Amino acid sequence: MSTTSHDRDAVLEATGLTKIYGSGHTEVVAVRDATLSVARGEIVALLGPSGAGKSTLLTLIGLIVPPNTGRIAIGGSVVFDDHRMRVNARRFRRQHLGFVFQKANLIPFLTASENVRLAMEINDHPSRAAKQRASELLDYLGVGERADHLPSKLSGGEQQRVAVARALANRPSLILADEPTAALDSVRGRQVMELFAKVAHEQNAGVIVVTHDHRALDVFDRTLEMEDGHLGRPTD
Amino acid sequence: MNLAGRDIRHNFGRFVLTTIGLGLLLMLVMGMGGIYRGLVQDATLLVDRIDADLWVVQKDTRGPFAEISRLPSNMEDRVRAVPGVASSHGFVSHTIQREHNGLPMRITVQGLSWPEDRGGWLPIVAGRPLGQSHYEMIADESLKLPIGEKVKLGKDTYTVVGHTRAMTSPAGDSMAFFTLHDAQAIQFDTSGEATRLERSARYARAEHIDLGRTQPQTIERSRGPASEIPALGPAVISAVVVKVQPGIDPAHVQSVIAKWPDVTVYSFEGQRELLLGGIVDRSRRQLGLFRILLIIVSAIIMALILYTLTLDKLHDVAMLKLMGARNSVILGLILQQALLLGVLAYGVAYIIGQWAFPLFPRRVIVTPEDLWALAGIVAGISVLASVLGIAKALSVEPNEVLA
Repeated sequence: MSTTSHDRDAVLEATGLTKIYGSGHTEVVAVRDATLSVARGEIVALLGPSGAGKSTLLTLIGLIVPPNTGRIAIGGSVVFDDHRMRVNARRFRRQHLGFVFQKANLIPFLTASENVRLAMEINDHPSRAAKQRASELLDYLGVGERADHLPSKLSGGEQQRVAVARALANRPSLILADEPTAALDSVRGRQVMELFAKVAHEQNAGVIVVTHDHRALDVFDRTLEMEDGHLGRPTD
Repeated sequence: MNLAGRDIRHNFGRFVLTTIGLGLLLMLVMGMGGIYRGLVQDATLLVDRIDADLWVVQKDTRGPFAEISRLPSNMEDRVRAVPGVASSHGFVSHTIQREHNGLPMRITVQGLSWPEDRGGWLPIVAGRPLGQSHYEMIADESLKLPIGEKVKLGKDTYTVVGHTRAMTSPAGDSMAFFTLHDAQAIQFDTSGEATRLERSARYARAEHIDLGRTQPQTIERSRGPASEIPALGPAVISAVVVKVQPGIDPAHVQSVIAKWPDVTVYSFEGQRELLLGGIVDRSRRQLGLFRILLIIVSAIIMALILYTLTLDKLHDVAMLKLMGARNSVILGLILQQALLLGVLAYGVAYIIGQWAFPLFPRRVIVTPEDLWALAGIVAGISVLASVLGIAKALSVEPNEVLA
């Protein structure tokens, strides 16, 4: 087995990614020559201890922080190569990527429905279509009846579901989740992991989940492990 | 989706309080401009209302408003004799402070040249102009003297027969209009004892001079009223206001009178300029500077408010960037709030000002031009004030969401 997908229809192909912070004596290699690929409809767990470089790798793949070296292709498009971005990172993120974090990071002054709609409206979807899709997604994720509530009125699990709905709003080809269950109890944590698997399989999106939670590993198609910036051999 | 509106809805109480606070500050800016306008208008009010072509005053003085000017009453007749003069009237103006119903009352006493001038040109809002040559007065309504009220000034009692509106002196004191003779009587009023002492002193002086010894009538007259002694002359007036005949250039008449060695003559514009340049100039500049300072303070406070509002949203801004929102979305969020804050605060300032300004002791005149100018300034400082917040928001990195 390898860090690359066997599926030919790879949604993510990252090669030789390296990220170095600082220089000289303060230099820290956060990610070292990482290569991985993820296929459409595949859900991959990224494991490793704190400080291993998992979140940094996610930010590189998510075009939030540019790598020092390497090449990234998403959905068949080369987005980073030869030390520079090949696309407008912000536009690419809103069109092709979905993000979920440990905290839901919902906009506090928008309702659950509005948080989902916002993701679509900033991607130039008409308001009516966005409203319709937000409603469908929230129903799909089991929080439809909470659509008109502000985040402060939702439980942690409900907030995380709304965050997933927001990540799915633009039908992204790749979803990146950074410890999305860390703030949830084991039951709700598993529910969220199953949700990601469902999304990957039903929406045909690639999903990478950074997690410490080994109890829900059975929902993943593959697991990868990182340590000291190295993307290591996959575990079974 | 309007993010600014939804953020305001979420923090409604805080936004309302901020708007009211800023509105009160803008009301001060508005009021300061109004006080400035009021000062200028008060200063020139009488000159504008009288609308004289020329003002004849005591030689080398800038009277009658900037300093004391004394002219003999017959100056009115001398001026009237100048070719091209249509009319000339004596002008008396002085300020007194008396007690009425147990309260201090400051009045700027104005003399009207009876019988030609009965005050018909005044903005009379109640009652009537003067109807007799003595013991009547037209009072500004700010003096709060009801029509029919009797007011004792000096030895005489005057009845209020009419009310004017917004007639105040350059110093802001309310005006009251009397006939010229009554105004002089009020101005030169002395107590009975002082009159008796003056007459005795006059008698004593006459007794010890040759004229008194050789002309016994002089000694007799010295004990009578001063007005009956030709050598002492009549009571003085402050100025003579002149209207020239239609088609005559006031500058020509001015040049004729200016040659007289005992008077100085000002044109309408010259008198106006004296008032603005001399009496109100410092106050005007002081108010102007204070107004500028208030605008700067408003801009700084607004900038701090908007900056703080933006700091509260930095995490959300980072999330918006991570989701791929364009800068215009973030810019719109801050700028729309800034402009809405500015517009609503302006509205609050206007509404509270409409209620509060009439309660000010001096006139506050807010003109439409001033309102438009302030609206422009508020829009400008709203945009400027949001620059700090926008700069901060645009510098936020999307990975700060992960922090």
